[in-house]
Amino acid sequence: MTKPLSAPLDVGFDYTRSTGPTLGRFLSDLRRRKVTGIRGSDGRVHVPPLEYDPVTAERLTEFVDVASTGVVRGWSWIPEPLEAQPLDRPFAWALIQLDGADTSLLHAVDAGSPDRMSTGARVRVRWRADRVGAITDIECFELSDEPSDEPVEADDVTMVTTPVHLHYTHSASPTEDPFLRGLMDGRLIAQRCPACEKVYFPPRPACPTDGVPTTDQIELSDRGTITTFCVVNVPFLGQRIPPPYVSAYVLLDGADIPFLHLLLGVAPEDVRMGMRVEAVWKPREEWGPTMQNIDHFRPSGEPDAPFDSYSQHL
Amino acid sequence: MRPAAVVGTGQTHHAAKRLDVSMAGLCREAIDRAMADAGVDWPDIDAVVLGKAPDLFEGVMMPELFLSDALGAVGKPLLRVHTAGSVGGSTGNVAASLVQSGVHDRVLAVAFEKQSESNAMWALSVPTPFTMPVHAGAGGYFAPHVRAYIRRAGAPEHVGAMVAAKDRRNGALNPYAHLKQPDITVESVRASTMLWDPIRYDETCPSSDGACAVVISAAETSGPAAWIRATAMRTEPTTFAGRDQVNPQAGRDAARALWKQAGITDPLSEVDAAEIYVPFSWFEPMWLENLGFTDTGQGWKLTEAGETEIGGRLPVNPSGGVLSSNPIGASGLLRFAEAAMQVMGTAGEHQVDGVRTALGHAYGGGSQFFAMWVVGSERP
Repeated sequence: MTKPLSAPLDVGFDYTRSTGPTLGRFLSDLRRRKVTGIRGSDGRVHVPPLEYDPVTAERLTEFVDVASTGVVRGWSWIPEPLEAQPLDRPFAWALIQLDGADTSLLHAVDAGSPDRMSTGARVRVRWRADRVGAITDIECFELSDEPSDEPVEADDVTMVTTPVHLHYTHSASPTEDPFLRGLMDGRLIAQRCPACEKVYFPPRPACPTDGVPTTDQIELSDRGTITTFCVVNVPFLGQRIPPPYVSAYVLLDGADIPFLHLLLGVAPEDVRMGMRVEAVWKPREEWGPTMQNIDHFRPSGEPDAPFDSYSQHL
Repeated sequence: MRPAAVVGTGQTHHAAKRLDVSMAGLCREAIDRAMADAGVDWPDIDAVVLGKAPDLFEGVMMPELFLSDALGAVGKPLLRVHTAGSVGGSTGNVAASLVQSGVHDRVLAVAFEKQSESNAMWALSVPTPFTMPVHAGAGGYFAPHVRAYIRRAGAPEHVGAMVAAKDRRNGALNPYAHLKQPDITVESVRASTMLWDPIRYDETCPSSDGACAVVISAAETSGPAAWIRATAMRTEPTTFAGRDQVNPQAGRDAARALWKQAGITDPLSEVDAAEIYVPFSWFEPMWLENLGFTDTGQGWKLTEAGETEIGGRLPVNPSGGVLSSNPIGASGLLRFAEAAMQVMGTAGEHQVDGVRTALGHAYGGGSQFFAMWVVGSERP
């Protein structure tokens, strides 16, 4: 079997976080080059501060200043840092108990070499120059027993932005593979369930109704019927087709399930359920293993399909 | 199965952006109200069940882990429920089952969404390779099926606007609602921008930050109780050949099982108020049919006759519903809690007179997850 087709799928968003009063205080103080904890019902000082007590679940309010120096309670060496980690050179992830705290904070130690790291080692905060009110205002910790820089004045922080980026390799299933390779040749390959004889386009690894592999391959024409549709008038983040556009369910002749595609060549107000359409392919040199080889569908000029011919596909 | 009851409900003031609270603080605003309503304290809670919509909505993987302190779950069982937009309803049903089964005596169910931390349209339109990028969030997904309903039922075009106007007016009676529009009219809805034709701006749910919590107990506590007479959940695949997207089988099956378990033979006569998951106006008549309140193709007639207004034969969404507040993960539990509030007589300005039996309903995904319960004033 040939290797399934795959393509990168990158997902990213700049999420925002309302800090609330507790983490807001912590982050605002980081901006001031201060580390703040909170006292729990059992007297322990939690750093970072917890909004609710882990013992009683009550809201905690007694903030406690702690030092920007502390001791390593445990660590792990990172020889090859990953994207978005605190340092771009080898470093240690460490649990650091700051002086005055009873719990440990996870952060990076810029130790240079694992030989210099040890549990019990003394460390201090290395403050970032341009602080925004984020945990990364602590650039990292460094091995030292000396105090860090003195606090300064800064405005409060109530919101932080946390960009998240995920990089996937999306692989087609073995069933999708012949379908996608067919598209590269301008062919529309569907599969029929051997039990219920329903024709799936795009094909599935298994019939959703019978649970058996859809092994029978058949080729469909590029004409079909609009079962139903909507006119997308709303712009949104990440949209790849400028609105307005008609997103239509196209039931190819011979298929038993419609799929969503773009309908052009007709004013949105003139689109009808039952309208007969045909594919408009992109120039052959632009073809790849994707449904985007069909640039869009357009009315074929045939009379509308009767409602009964597609009503069971709504 | 032993009886279980809702003995306390709580919810946040829902808004587009609750920038004043963290996710933990948002949940606690609802929890603290529910526990005060029930007259219980943390030692009285045996387990916690959390529901929220997919993690991509806030970009926090497994938020139940970092929320465990805030949810009072330390040293107790904590379960997370995942069923997309129906999750709030499923969360209520899972919590109920833990009490009904005798595993726990008192369970806290919590559901939340902080939509302002992300963008749901973006999260629901991830550009999967090899496909055509025509997806346009939940509105783009449901609009073609709404069009199919209108065609199949022969419904007049103004019915959707009637639902939207009614729910927003009801929302104006609810102090917790995100949208309060006492002066909205059918005409103003019809004049609003067409977003995903045939769905207009005013026929679309808002994007809300909010949370809801209920305390479910085997025994009454200090105040009134809404006894859980039946629960049902059903699922079906998002797409399969011959799938009825307008009147999904899973919803019909869940409703049939629900009415049977509750001993209800004529839902329209025997149910006094319904909180139905209606994120887009036309889903009111669609779900009235799917739930068996009317025959197929007849749901819009109940709406058009004004029978789903407060004071009608079956008031639907007296709270204002999802069209007035939509913290997605919490929206289902809000329907369940509002149904309980109607039975407990604690719904305030949007209380329907004399409610003894009420329905809470939720659906999610591509209309593929259904969760519902019936609550009543009498201990079964």
